[in-house]
Amino acid sequence: MADSQAVTQGNAGAGNRPKTTHKERSGADILCECLVDLGVEVVFGYPGGAVLPIYDALYAHPRIKHILVRHEQAATHAAEGYARSTGKPGVVLVTSGPGATNAITGITDALMDSIPMVVITGQVATHLIGTDAFQEADTVGLTRHCTKHNYLVKSPTKLAHVIHEAFHIATSGRPGPVVIDIPKDVQVATAPYARPEPIDHPSYRPQVKADPRLIESAVEMLMAAERPILYTGGGIINSGPEASTLLRELAEMTGAPVTSTLMGLGSYPASGGQWLGMLGMHGTYEANFAMNKADLILCLGARFDDRVTGRLDAFSPNSKKIHVDIDRSSVNKNVLVDLPVIGDVGSVMADMIAMLKKRGYAKPDFSEWWARIDGWRARRSLDYVEGGEEIMPQRAIADLFTATRGKNVIITTEVGQHQMWAAQHFHFDDPNKWLTSGGLGTMGYGLPAAIGAQLGNPDALVIDIAGDASIQMNIQELGTATQYRLPVKIFILNNEYMGMVRQWQELTYESRYSESYSDSLPDFVKLAEAYGWTAIRIESHADLASGIQRMIDTPGPVLVDCRVAKLSNCFPMIPSGAAHTDMLLDPSMVSGTMDDEAKALV
Amino acid sequence: MHITEEQSERHVLSLTVANEAGILARIAGMFTARGYNIESLTVADITQDHSISRITIVTNGPPRVIDQIIAQLDRLVPVHRVVDLTEAGPYVERELALVKVAGTGDHRIEALRLAEVFRAKVVDTTIESFIFEITGTTEKIDTFVGLMRQIGLVEIGRTGVVGLIRGKDPI
Repeated sequence: MADSQAVTQGNAGAGNRPKTTHKERSGADILCECLVDLGVEVVFGYPGGAVLPIYDALYAHPRIKHILVRHEQAATHAAEGYARSTGKPGVVLVTSGPGATNAITGITDALMDSIPMVVITGQVATHLIGTDAFQEADTVGLTRHCTKHNYLVKSPTKLAHVIHEAFHIATSGRPGPVVIDIPKDVQVATAPYARPEPIDHPSYRPQVKADPRLIESAVEMLMAAERPILYTGGGIINSGPEASTLLRELAEMTGAPVTSTLMGLGSYPASGGQWLGMLGMHGTYEANFAMNKADLILCLGARFDDRVTGRLDAFSPNSKKIHVDIDRSSVNKNVLVDLPVIGDVGSVMADMIAMLKKRGYAKPDFSEWWARIDGWRARRSLDYVEGGEEIMPQRAIADLFTATRGKNVIITTEVGQHQMWAAQHFHFDDPNKWLTSGGLGTMGYGLPAAIGAQLGNPDALVIDIAGDASIQMNIQELGTATQYRLPVKIFILNNEYMGMVRQWQELTYESRYSESYSDSLPDFVKLAEAYGWTAIRIESHADLASGIQRMIDTPGPVLVDCRVAKLSNCFPMIPSGAAHTDMLLDPSMVSGTMDDEAKALV
Repeated sequence: MHITEEQSERHVLSLTVANEAGILARIAGMFTARGYNIESLTVADITQDHSISRITIVTNGPPRVIDQIIAQLDRLVPVHRVVDLTEAGPYVERELALVKVAGTGDHRIEALRLAEVFRAKVVDTTIESFIFEITGTTEKIDTFVGLMRQIGLVEIGRTGVVGLIRGKDPI
């Protein structure tokens, strides 16, 4: 089983050499050459002992820009932000041991949200592997289950092929993170470099084009439906901007209502007439009721996550379900579907549209269905009560949305109440503008992701909508933004609580606020200023509009500490273990206790 | 609150995989990470150039879980192909066991007699013991071991199951 190829310095794997002679290069140089060949422009990283040869090769590199973060976790989130906002893979470079272990949270995050990312980790020299050497960690072992694939490269002759293959795997099929662990002696040892042939992998062959018979069945089911709904997800964003265009065309052709997961926001415009808003735990009343009462769910690049379905035995009980996904293991994992269609969601939608046209499909009359939806819409589930002295967090986000309309805005978030409020009250009309940690729910994602997004989109207005607790998880990245003069903005909804934890304690544990108060908060204004940022504090309604405007108008990085109502909660909400039809719309519906079954669910 | 479990089925899965470092950990780890069961797992390379291994896994779970296991295995990058032998049609499965039995007098004679019935071979012997080599289905070996336990079983080593589809075609 073992990979027996050992490194012999200076004569590495002589038998594998291509016949044409090329100048020998060090492993570190081969890596840089590969990155250039693969079109990599930005690498997020942090140096250390086991990657010094690579850092030396990067020194004053003419083509690759290295962004020095302040913590390796931030390098991975920055790469995710870069990838999600540009469609290109994010690249990370960290050292062995703690460098690699610190990166694991972001790698897992990228796996859960299907973000294309390549992480290069340094490793101790091959002869030291397994000896508990200084800063040694079993990186391939540790990352085996939080990557799409990973490699330990034991010879510089294999390096070029592995790097090209890693990028191919990270970016194709269902995208995800790939780790390449490179021992220090492999970085120093030399081998000839020739740009590898295009990857023709013997076992990894993702299915892009779906079976035409399944397309036909899907089209027939769609044509027979009386109450269809398009349930869209992050797969549409991953498929590329073309898929969002196709979704709009498919929606327009059918006249069906459209809802989306957290990860898919922006693929269908929030300003579009068929938009129902996000679905799921903090989704709108109309989106969840339409899912529950539909007779056909066309799932496009989403995965029936527990945050979307609520109680499974009550999930959309009377619908036929079509699941379009590039990953076969997503199908029938949580919800049994009637028709799985394996393929790229963009390709499938193009085929469906073509077949609908061929069959002379005319937009059906769904007026009865829409009349029911309008009834649910009339509940106005995103409304909130205002009137007090305090700024409602929803209001702050709504004003932020209004003030930035018409600009090229990219929003990132941390995780918690502010994230859900942002998803509900900031409206996205285009893909790749909304970057959030969906699957893993990683606090501390937003600031580094904003840094990555700003690097990929220098002219965009990038705003991290944050909470007072989450922002502290990667607050050190203020320094990174300063160093590279990145004009990112942080908008903290400061309620002095881990708000979502407190909300659940109110729902489930009779408001026993166990450790959810953010005690000893720093003075965020002074803290930001210490890092060379402009900082603004908003404390009253009177300051809100002007504070937001000042943030937008101020060049360079700006932090806004917006003090909001301390105890407001995020509604609507499907409590854990409840059905789509059991939504809590406002605080008066909260009882304060739950049974053990509900308590056991996340 | 109590945790309920679903009805399980036994399935034999046959995989061809790239013979590379870490492949076994990748597969075994996927089972533990997702809470699936492994009853037995065998692995050996099967091509002349040592590039491909066959892994045979006996697992159990409700039908939906078995489908998930296959899909999850199939999406591992070095996995070439996953076939559920239990579903794919008539197949042969065999396991080999070495069974050490100690005893004298009647027990010793009875052990030999039973070994003959089960077509087990004696591969080692002393005045007071035998090691039997037995091949067959898991059930046959279980039965043999059960009988030997009454006679003087010392210890056993089992290979786990390998299997192939019946007939002239490959899996």
